[in-house]
Amino acid sequence: MLLNLTINGEQRSDNVDPRMLLVHYIRDIANLTGTHVGCETSICGACTVLINGSAVKSCTILAVQADGTKITTIEGMAEGDRLHPLQEGFWEEHGLQCGYCTPGMIMTAADLLARNSNPTEAEIREALEGNLCRCTGYQHIVKAIQFAAAKMRTSKAA
Amino acid sequence: MFPASFEYHRVSSVKDALALLSQFGDEAKILAGGHSLLPMMKLRLAQPAHLVDIGAVHELAQIQEQGGRILIGGLATHHSVETSSIVKAKLPILAECAALIGDIQVRNRGTIGGSLAHADPAADYPAAALALEAEMTLENPGGKRKVKAADFFLDLLTTAVQAGEILTQVSFAALGAGTGGVYLKHRHPASGFATVGVAAVVTLKGTNFDKVRVGITGLGAKAFRASSVEKALAGKASDAIAAAASHAADGVDATSDTYASGEFRAELARVYTRRALEQAVARVKA
Repeated sequence: MLLNLTINGEQRSDNVDPRMLLVHYIRDIANLTGTHVGCETSICGACTVLINGSAVKSCTILAVQADGTKITTIEGMAEGDRLHPLQEGFWEEHGLQCGYCTPGMIMTAADLLARNSNPTEAEIREALEGNLCRCTGYQHIVKAIQFAAAKMRTSKAA
Repeated sequence: MFPASFEYHRVSSVKDALALLSQFGDEAKILAGGHSLLPMMKLRLAQPAHLVDIGAVHELAQIQEQGGRILIGGLATHHSVETSSIVKAKLPILAECAALIGDIQVRNRGTIGGSLAHADPAADYPAAALALEAEMTLENPGGKRKVKAADFFLDLLTTAVQAGEILTQVSFAALGAGTGGVYLKHRHPASGFATVGVAAVVTLKGTNFDKVRVGITGLGAKAFRASSVEKALAGKASDAIAAAASHAADGVDATSDTYASGEFRAELARVYTRRALEQAVARVKA
């Protein structure tokens, strides 16, 4: 079945089997392997991407359901060599150890910060409910998102 | 973890979806957000030969107010219910219930129609739909019919939706004066589903109960109205809540699993019913 969509600004048209999950389309057809496959049961959040700006778990969406949408993956966050404030925050605040959950964390945080530019710590933790990290204990992830929120507010004000 | 192969049909109207359902009968399933159906298909608990995707039938995602009722299209996501200014103003209990479902990613995709039609025994919406006396609109090739929430949930994963029908709209009466409601849940720590969830909607006349509606999910095979609690409170004042709430699990075969025994679930139902009733009363007075 023909699938037309935009990933990170690039228009694509691919023939896919209807049962192909969006995460496999992103990784295996679009060759964007920054989006990870974790639990495959919509619990862990490693596969989180944005569809039209909303964070979703791409392991629980058929690729064909994303027809006509705009998808953003972790590869679409930086502008050239300039990291997105969220990526910078994870770097500066040591928001990752093994890094497996990180792309999903960043995409969920991007949805949060688009809706709420100045979230409280509790709001950040609540937004990350659907993203599991087995390394960090979340403390540094929360700090990374606070770093990004502050930086994005400053650059908006400037 | 791929679902088994199926034939995919994308439709742009309810009429086209109904035509495909008539054509393929039991072989076809409606796909909305897919957050109940796709996990079932990945585990091969469901293996439909045809999927009819109604995701592009945008009019089914509307939330509107009409003649004192709030009409929510079956395709409205949990996130849109949670953030709708109409729902927040007229049915705050429903917005709160939606906000407690899963996580933000799930709420961005999962739909109210999908959740209700799937009827997971631990889903959150059924408790609220029962306590708010929601009315479901089911469309079939012959027209439409309406089913009250009390007649909708029949058994485990089983509802009044017949083969060939689609749940297109859920309608609620706005909460009136003197009425307060709340939904409380004991959240399963891993899945986010309700180990037990209780929705209580109360109307007071003076200091006494005029109307009490309690919907409970997670306790047994299906969500239900706790009629023995409701009867025990008829005409009484709020000091009767504790005794009435002790009947919350009466006559229900409580589910046991590795996380919660049936006995624990029954106790949760009693405790959460008491708390929900107390908070609902406090909201009327506030």
